[in-house]
Amino acid sequence: MDEKKKEKVPRQKMPEQEPQMRAKNFDEVPLGYTEELALLEAGRCLHCKKPFCVDGCPVDIDIPGFIKHILEKDYIAAARKIKETNSLPAVCGRVCPQEEQCEIKCVLGKKGEPVAIGRLERFVADYERTAGIVAIPDLPKPTGKKVAVVGAGPAGLTIAGDLVRRGHDVTIFEGLHKSGGVLIYGIPEFRLPKGIVDAEVEYLIRMGVRIETNMIIGRSKTIDELFAEGYHAIFLGVGAGAPVFMNIPGENLSGIYSANEYLTRSNLMKAYLFPEFDTPVARGRNVAVIGGGNVAMDSARTALRMGAENVYIVYRRTEVEMPARIEEVHHAKEEGIQFKLLTAPVEYIGDDNGWVKGMKCIQMELGEPDDSGRRRPVPIKGSEYLIDIDMAVVAIGTMANPIVPATTPGLTTNRWGYIVADEETGKTSREGVWAGGDIVTGSATVILAMGAAKKSARSIHEYLMSK
Amino acid sequence: MNEILDKSYLSEQVISMVVSAPEIAARRKAGQFIVLMTAENGERIPLTIADENKERGAITIIFQIVGKTTACLAGMNVGERIYSILGPLGSPTEIENFGLTVCVGGGVGIGVVYPIAKALKEAGNRVISIIGARSKNILILEEEMREASDELLVATDDGSYGFHGFVSEVLQKLIDSGTRIDRVFAVGPVPMMRVICDVTRPHKIKTIVSLNPIMVDATGMCGACRVAVGGKTKFACVDGPEFDGHEVDFRLLATRLRMYEAEEKKAMEAHRCHCHG
Repeated sequence: MDEKKKEKVPRQKMPEQEPQMRAKNFDEVPLGYTEELALLEAGRCLHCKKPFCVDGCPVDIDIPGFIKHILEKDYIAAARKIKETNSLPAVCGRVCPQEEQCEIKCVLGKKGEPVAIGRLERFVADYERTAGIVAIPDLPKPTGKKVAVVGAGPAGLTIAGDLVRRGHDVTIFEGLHKSGGVLIYGIPEFRLPKGIVDAEVEYLIRMGVRIETNMIIGRSKTIDELFAEGYHAIFLGVGAGAPVFMNIPGENLSGIYSANEYLTRSNLMKAYLFPEFDTPVARGRNVAVIGGGNVAMDSARTALRMGAENVYIVYRRTEVEMPARIEEVHHAKEEGIQFKLLTAPVEYIGDDNGWVKGMKCIQMELGEPDDSGRRRPVPIKGSEYLIDIDMAVVAIGTMANPIVPATTPGLTTNRWGYIVADEETGKTSREGVWAGGDIVTGSATVILAMGAAKKSARSIHEYLMSK
Repeated sequence: MNEILDKSYLSEQVISMVVSAPEIAARRKAGQFIVLMTAENGERIPLTIADENKERGAITIIFQIVGKTTACLAGMNVGERIYSILGPLGSPTEIENFGLTVCVGGGVGIGVVYPIAKALKEAGNRVISIIGARSKNILILEEEMREASDELLVATDDGSYGFHGFVSEVLQKLIDSGTRIDRVFAVGPVPMMRVICDVTRPHKIKTIVSLNPIMVDATGMCGACRVAVGGKTKFACVDGPEFDGHEVDFRLLATRLRMYEAEEKKAMEAHRCHCHG
């Protein structure tokens, strides 16, 4: 096919569940490419000699390489090509913001629409998994070096895969009773089916990674004790797990959750299946979700699926400044989530039983840009009004959990409590200790945590082999 | 690990279990707790570690059957394994030689105040304990508390044993009789802790209470357990579970504890049906 013709094939849409239908279930929203669609989309790739898309990928996937295998209809080879550098393709194909990473660099995007790299990644990963032929790569001879990974989230799972493939003996310590970190407790089933996370974890275990759940490092054991047990290197990928509240009146009323709690109850503990699962969660009829990020969208769409009649996204700036992916905002709108923009809560009102029954809001307008470069929202005097709600989810971000730094002498943190680590290597101030992901950067994305983990993996490998 | 080694009923509704958990047993301190799940589809519930046995690598938990999870746990027998146990969690009790300390325990709260009393005595304090229950037949740990204390006072609501009345009245009498108390530790139902604080406040006796709000992860991640202390929001799981009782908003605590009353009832009823076929 010559280049002109290629450009005429439009970017292939991914089939999705209809909004009215999916707003009532927890099944995945996008259904994934069929083989036919995948071939059409793969055919759009120009196989550039200098593939800019790869530069945009935090985990260096050979994108033209795997797409070539798709065109050859060798989907297993395509999956293996991705797995050379990415242990979690089925996850990344779903939750990566490709539009600001690989796809934004795609040459096709200059004139038209870029190749749908994320959808193709998802297609091959799902193909491999459902075909049941997930092969374990040949592993090198064991090096005899022991590495402890703290946290079984995106960073921890990635580095464990990278280090076990280099012949090291890897043990992950996870605080919760289940592995996956934010992939399991945070991102809802309808965006990332938990069976996929389980399969990726299973793959690591088959490669020889050991996972000890219910081990909260800093409480169950300290970093110093891990060294004493004979670990040669330690990677901290503990996430930024502490919730942030606004500290406004009434915020502790019943029915008001942090997004962490709301999503943990519903995803990890499967409260949406109560009473089949024991953990309950409130099922609000009128729900306000405070915030404009992906976590806010996830919370709002979860509340809708649990039977809410009205779900409001309450965000103090405008849609332009919203940190959520455009796709997530679009999905939320399609499902009927109502957006109250330039709006901020100032107080919650409770009923006689201490349950939230209303939220006092204030209108905002955009003023001068602040430190983040976004225009600062300024309250409009006298614009307060009341919204009837019986549930609220505060999704305005997270901060560092102090458990590890507080129990690890010599580990330097910055003024927000995040661990200071070298950007290129992940090295911390403590010899033999690396860190990456949200505990270094503050809340970011799954793929950035994975990218940081890959850099640390290279650095740890060098360190171990030079000792 | 997680194997039930001993199980005994302290009263009809309160059970003591010794569970194999060597790493927790080796490092736990008074005032700390665990989070356990009885099954994969179960709920995560916090339970205080009442005691440890380092040689056996075991911890003791004491719990009352109040909902589905505790009912399921009560249904488990020696030799079975608990699905998951995480700990030790929470900040340990601040233990030093304060002088004369009074440990007040009500109902199943006696199981929580027991390790505190033990640790205080070991640290050289003179320990007076006041324990109480609705009635004699549901009073737990009397012998253990007697052993952990220099003096033990007992109260029952119905007068079937010891002083006829509440533990707070016993404490009030103790203060009125001129006993100079350096610190009070009180654990029990929310109204009991609130009243104890009301008794000690005018005398400026520092009073530590152990709070039991609903928790999920119990590692500072979710904020389910937020309590108001001195007008500030705190997470009981990592900032507590013990706080200065004179600063605690007990009304908020009681309200938040009732958040899932309807669901808890529903789960318990379904569980009963299940148990009895």
